[in-house]
Amino acid sequence: MVYRLALTALIVLAAGGLQAVSAEDINIAGSTTVQPLAELFGEAFEANHDGVRIIVQGGGSSVGVRSAVNGTADIGNASREVKDSEFEAYPGIVVHTVARDGIAIVTHPDVPVDGLTLEEARAIFAGRITSWSELGGPDRMITVIAREEGSGTRAAFEDMVMDEDLICAGAMLLPSNGAVRTAVSTTPDCIGFLSFGYLDDQVKAIAIDGVEATVDNASNGTYPVVRPLNMITDGEPAGMVAEFLEFALSADGQAIVEDEGYIAVR
Amino acid sequence: MTAFLCSLGFRRFRQSFAYGVLWTAATVSVAIMLFVVGYVIVRGFSDITLDFFTTSPRGGLSGEGGIYSTIVTTLYLVLVTIVIATPLGVGAAVFLVEYAQHIKSGAIQKLVSVARFGVETLAGVPSIIFGLFGYALFVTALNLGFSIIAAALAGVCLVIPVVIRTTEEALKSVPDSYREGSLSLGASRWETIRKVILPSALPGITTGVILSVGRIVSETAIFYVTLGGSYRTPTSLMSSGRTMALHVYYLAMETRAFDKAMATGAVLVALIVLLNLIINSVSKKLSAE
Amino acid sequence: MTRKNTVETVMKYVLLVSALTSITIVLMIGIFTLKEGMPAFREIGLGDLLTRTTWRPGQEQYGILAMIVGSGLVTVGAVVLGVPLALGSAIFLAEIAPQKVKAFVKPSIELLAGIPSVVYGLFGMVVLVPLVRKIPAPGNSGYGLLAASVVLAIMILPTIASVSENAIRNVPRSFREGSLAMGATRWETIRKVVLPSARSGILSAVVLGLGRALGETIAMIMVIGNSVVMPAATGGNPLTIFLSRARTLTGNIAVEIAYATGIHANALFATGVVLFVLIMLVNSSARFLISNRSYK
Repeated sequence: MVYRLALTALIVLAAGGLQAVSAEDINIAGSTTVQPLAELFGEAFEANHDGVRIIVQGGGSSVGVRSAVNGTADIGNASREVKDSEFEAYPGIVVHTVARDGIAIVTHPDVPVDGLTLEEARAIFAGRITSWSELGGPDRMITVIAREEGSGTRAAFEDMVMDEDLICAGAMLLPSNGAVRTAVSTTPDCIGFLSFGYLDDQVKAIAIDGVEATVDNASNGTYPVVRPLNMITDGEPAGMVAEFLEFALSADGQAIVEDEGYIAVR
Repeated sequence: MTAFLCSLGFRRFRQSFAYGVLWTAATVSVAIMLFVVGYVIVRGFSDITLDFFTTSPRGGLSGEGGIYSTIVTTLYLVLVTIVIATPLGVGAAVFLVEYAQHIKSGAIQKLVSVARFGVETLAGVPSIIFGLFGYALFVTALNLGFSIIAAALAGVCLVIPVVIRTTEEALKSVPDSYREGSLSLGASRWETIRKVILPSALPGITTGVILSVGRIVSETAIFYVTLGGSYRTPTSLMSSGRTMALHVYYLAMETRAFDKAMATGAVLVALIVLLNLIINSVSKKLSAE
Repeated sequence: MTRKNTVETVMKYVLLVSALTSITIVLMIGIFTLKEGMPAFREIGLGDLLTRTTWRPGQEQYGILAMIVGSGLVTVGAVVLGVPLALGSAIFLAEIAPQKVKAFVKPSIELLAGIPSVVYGLFGMVVLVPLVRKIPAPGNSGYGLLAASVVLAIMILPTIASVSENAIRNVPRSFREGSLAMGATRWETIRKVVLPSARSGILSAVVLGLGRALGETIAMIMVIGNSVVMPAATGGNPLTIFLSRARTLTGNIAVEIAYATGIHANALFATGVVLFVLIMLVNSSARFLISNRSYK
């Protein structure tokens, strides 16, 4: 009896599974920076398209690129430029830049330092400057927070800020922008980097070379740390996926981009 | 001096001292535990309203909303895992207890000892290894993606040893006279198992299943790498999802909504307490019989 | 061949197959993790993987020694903090607890074994990390080995306590009676007769807890800071090593697997193989201890 019940349940579940596969689902995976943006695009898109569901998962930029190609997702998100090695490995990929994003250097709100030169920022993250006293602050050790390897935000940050230097081994590593924001806002004396879309009043964004980390400064080119947010498809998109990408680049889609603190591309 | 150390008075004193240490150890242990659980429950439940159960998380990383979709995902995942793991685990236990010693073939005996080794090994594997395996095989190689079915298959690896062990215990506690009686009436071994032994072992088997439910509800690491973490309500086996335990992790790590995380944690703890109570009442019934 | 006989034979083999599920899973896990980890062993080399402390996938540097040390230290910390409490509670419950106290303490310990690890991790983040942060030491951020050890100690306490309580209770009554009859006090009996007889059972309980500690993932990610660095003491006090951040083998897999491609992913599977082997060693030593019980 128990087995018969169980079997029935399994059949019902399996039937449910089949049914939903035939429904119009767009699977999106990859970068946690693009994730909230993709979720908001999805919510707006679903409102105008009955029966379509946009399912957004995290992962990371490298996974985004890979899952677009291996079919795990219809769209792969990457919060950095696609690498040459990736173009070589997957020649069919098409890159759609849906927004641009600044990376802000952020500290715990109680850190008394408000601005750094690019050089100083590099020295802090490389572990050459270890105390806030070297920057006019109190004599307290700096806790460096960074993202794990494979993160697009980390790759873009290394490209634009670290140059040839490496992020120090003692850095606390966290698996997403959200986790970095949580840790930076709750750990005294710490410094980290964060996508513009995640800035809020519980972390302090630091000016770099005297330029405030704002969307205006990023779009007029004065803020130095800006990278593209890409959605990647395997070949030219078709059907609902094409419509979704069109929506992302439409006036409505770009309005969402600006609302969320990113930089519009149209 | 030696005389003093051997005196009954000193030995009594030493005993009182040792007892004092033991009382302290136990009190401290219980106090720590009560504090941890109490802290989560008290802080958590102060934040819980009916809305918390009936609305889904929303607003990306703002940590808004309730836990409705995570309850659905948890139920869905538990159901699929149990439906797969129970027949396999019970079947394995039945073979190991009811058939293994009646088969004389040396090859089968070897298989039996290999099978036992498998159960013991599997029980000791850390859950992240199941996650890694599930990610490699189910999510990637079999192309199931981050989905309930992929996560459930990885979860099956976690609970199968639990089901097997508890069922084995239950079967062993069925008196041999039942078996002999049924067999002497002309029933075959399988008929005996199906009609006599399994029904009388049912409470024990149920305990195993409930324990497994608890393991799935509590597990985070496996599902962190196989379930995808989307907070949408799942609609099929192929949906990505987020269990309540995973939701606690995401809330705490990603959103700073510590109060919501505590509330979800409190619900989890309450659920585990409930499952424990069910197990206790089942085993009480068992010992009463 | 009657229908009944056919059913009988078919069922026998169906059940045999399900009995082999576990070993099949074990083999598949072994094969899969090894297969995926193999390129890492080949290209990085087992020696380099195990002895290098630098883990920089971007620079193609894959050494997991820092993680092995991290896992080891946090486990040692948990054992040092948790085992005395667990054993004290076990002896208390098995030997001297009044029935009423026992009726309350025992189920609560069993209940604790079932609390999800993520709840302990959350408790660690919200309560322990800010507490640890108050210790004045340079670079102390609260996240690190100490917070992680305390969390783990609380997690393994119930397991060790209930398993060793069983071991103690299983010591035959005649042993105790003999000792008491010879004029030993209750405590002398416990210390000189009961505990030595239960030694292997207690040891295997500790090893079981050790295995759990080594395998814990989520709670560790939440409180340990995840830095890939050899833990080191600051200043003269060697205990400050526990204030440094670290990463466990389990955390390395969980944090990076979703982000990894190519040889980086292979190196994570290799981490999995190392973890698997470590835990197998620990668990089989437990099995060895149990099979060598000094009494039956």
